[in-house]
Amino acid sequence: MTQGSHMRDSLGGFLPGDEPIRLLAPDGTATDHPLVPQPVDPIDDADLLRAMYRDMVLARRVDTEATALQRTGELGLWSSCLGQEAAQIGSAHAMRATDFAFPTYRESAVAWARGVDPVGLLGLYRGTTHGGWDPVEHGFGLFTIVLGSQVLHAVGYAMGIQRDGSDDAVIAYYGDGAGSEGDVHEAMVFATVEAAPVVFFCQNNGWAISEPIERQTRVPFAQRAAGYGMPAVRIDGNDVLASLAVTRWALERVRTGSGPVFIEAITYRMGAHTTSDDPTRYRPAGELEHWAGLDPIDRMERYLRSTGAADDAWFAELEAQADALGERIRAHVRGAQDPDPIEMFDHVYAEPHADVQRDRTRWESMISGGAA
Amino acid sequence: MSGVTTEMTMVAALNAALRRAMDEDPKVVLLGEDIGTLGGVFRVTDGLAKDFGDSRVVGTPLAEAGIVGTAVGLAMRGYRPVVEIQFDGFVYPAFDQIVTQVAKHHYRSGGRTTLPIVIRIPYGGGIGAVEHHSESPEAYFVHTPGLRTLTPADADEAYHLLRAAIACDDPVVFFEPKRRYWDRGEVDTARAVDPWTSRVVREGGDITLVAYGPMVRTCREAADALADQGVQAEVIDLRSLSPLDLDPVIASVQRTGRCVVVHEAVEIAGLGAEIAAQVQQQCFFHLEAPVTRVAGAYLPYPPSRFEKHYLPSIDRVIATVNQVMSL
Repeated sequence: MTQGSHMRDSLGGFLPGDEPIRLLAPDGTATDHPLVPQPVDPIDDADLLRAMYRDMVLARRVDTEATALQRTGELGLWSSCLGQEAAQIGSAHAMRATDFAFPTYRESAVAWARGVDPVGLLGLYRGTTHGGWDPVEHGFGLFTIVLGSQVLHAVGYAMGIQRDGSDDAVIAYYGDGAGSEGDVHEAMVFATVEAAPVVFFCQNNGWAISEPIERQTRVPFAQRAAGYGMPAVRIDGNDVLASLAVTRWALERVRTGSGPVFIEAITYRMGAHTTSDDPTRYRPAGELEHWAGLDPIDRMERYLRSTGAADDAWFAELEAQADALGERIRAHVRGAQDPDPIEMFDHVYAEPHADVQRDRTRWESMISGGAA
Repeated sequence: MSGVTTEMTMVAALNAALRRAMDEDPKVVLLGEDIGTLGGVFRVTDGLAKDFGDSRVVGTPLAEAGIVGTAVGLAMRGYRPVVEIQFDGFVYPAFDQIVTQVAKHHYRSGGRTTLPIVIRIPYGGGIGAVEHHSESPEAYFVHTPGLRTLTPADADEAYHLLRAAIACDDPVVFFEPKRRYWDRGEVDTARAVDPWTSRVVREGGDITLVAYGPMVRTCREAADALADQGVQAEVIDLRSLSPLDLDPVIASVQRTGRCVVVHEAVEIAGLGAEIAAQVQQQCFFHLEAPVTRVAGAYLPYPPSRFEKHYLPSIDRVIATVNQVMSL
């Protein structure tokens, strides 16, 4: 066994004594944890369970449709969150409407849970916008492509919450690759020093494009938190109940002024980094199959069926909803008109800026004359 | 409108501008290294932590990307952060946040998010400092759409330009000419100022000198000496580098036919290159001589025992003007 594969087992697998918290086993049975009670009752909270399952299924449908639209040339790129739905949907459901999440470009399931219209989001990948939604309306920041940048924004936003005297809280989403960026380190320094109400939610999906986690760290990411002075919890990132329960606990803790919390969600990037990537060049044989057996949606379906929280008719209805969503996405993306070219000059500045205005005028005449 | 003027240093004028902005708007918060009890290494924030508290005057960890990155988040929450980068050469750890986030967030959001952040940077040489404490990096920021860039030349300008920067809904990189920090001048706080336009600080019909920040005083003193020789130089202070208001420069050169641009920053691909390009394009048939630059040589800022030879001096400006006048 190589050193690399040993590290891989110890970090991506479940170390004895460092076991990620799991409340829902891959076979769909709820499991007890000595420290974390089940966050929901299968009968009393059936609505919430079904809502989380529904969100996971519909987020995956957005993902599937986006990949297909990229393959047919309607989108320039897509970054799939396939396999990470439980980590994202569970944590998103732990948030209040007035809380705020700062995403990378892979949090499309969180976007869905925060009410962002996928059609608007896909504008980013079609090339009609760099944004596509109102961050304030959704309590959900814009996708941030430079790795780790948004983690500092999350901490600054949380510092603003403190100064407002509010008990809102913030989640900073990022991945195992971005954890190597200096911005993430600085964010943890600021957050702990300021006791800012922020939850660092690291989805360790095993891969940063082609670089495995042993190229980012020699210890489990969660161990880093102690060095900054904040508690850390590892969770089974494919378990939506663990994601919900631990993120709820973390958010409530940071609201009290106790300082930030670190969550490491052990999950797996089932797809490519983006549609431009080819994981067959670096992914070890059998790894994808192993994680397919731990699929977050499959285990939740088993749970809903075994507890009676949902029946065949409900699943069929959800499938119809997913089909309708897919159809709406396809129709809107394919039918989207290119923006008026002069709109590229909009919103460079909030206040008039003479140099932009001058170039806008020059381009207006070039565009109308057919020269640009 | 004009009010009572007070004589003060540029440091005191900047301090007064910060204090007034904080008095008027509780959303104005300051972040930076050593800006609390110490009052900043140049004392620009002297007394503000005591009067406004440490939640509004935040002495930060020593991490420039962290300072600017958290300012982005604070701005998204509705605050108006004014951050201090301790020295010009320490801005580069924050360069990524400034260029990829601060400059582009409003555009990325389709106008939904504004980031009213001021990034104060003491810049320029002439104080006998060690490496990284004397640089003039303004061209990097002017080259980045989405940022505004201001630089005051004297105490009165410093007060008004900083007030305008804080009031602006766009991010502003605010370059403070550190060797002019201790220059005293009359500050008229009631004066109305359009910060985004350049201004003629000395009239003259023979040649146009274009400068900003620390070089405005250098050019004024050179112009005084040139007047004794019978050469009347017009001196224009750009003060806003983005947007760049060259209308007064072009009007001036169309009268004088001669133009010299003066800055401390490296000559190659510096602001002078842009100014020269625009002036030659718009004044081509008025020019009596090539547009000429007095600027830093193409080398890293040298050890301080070299700087009197490196920096544009009054003598170098005069010599260049005389050469241009002879053409």
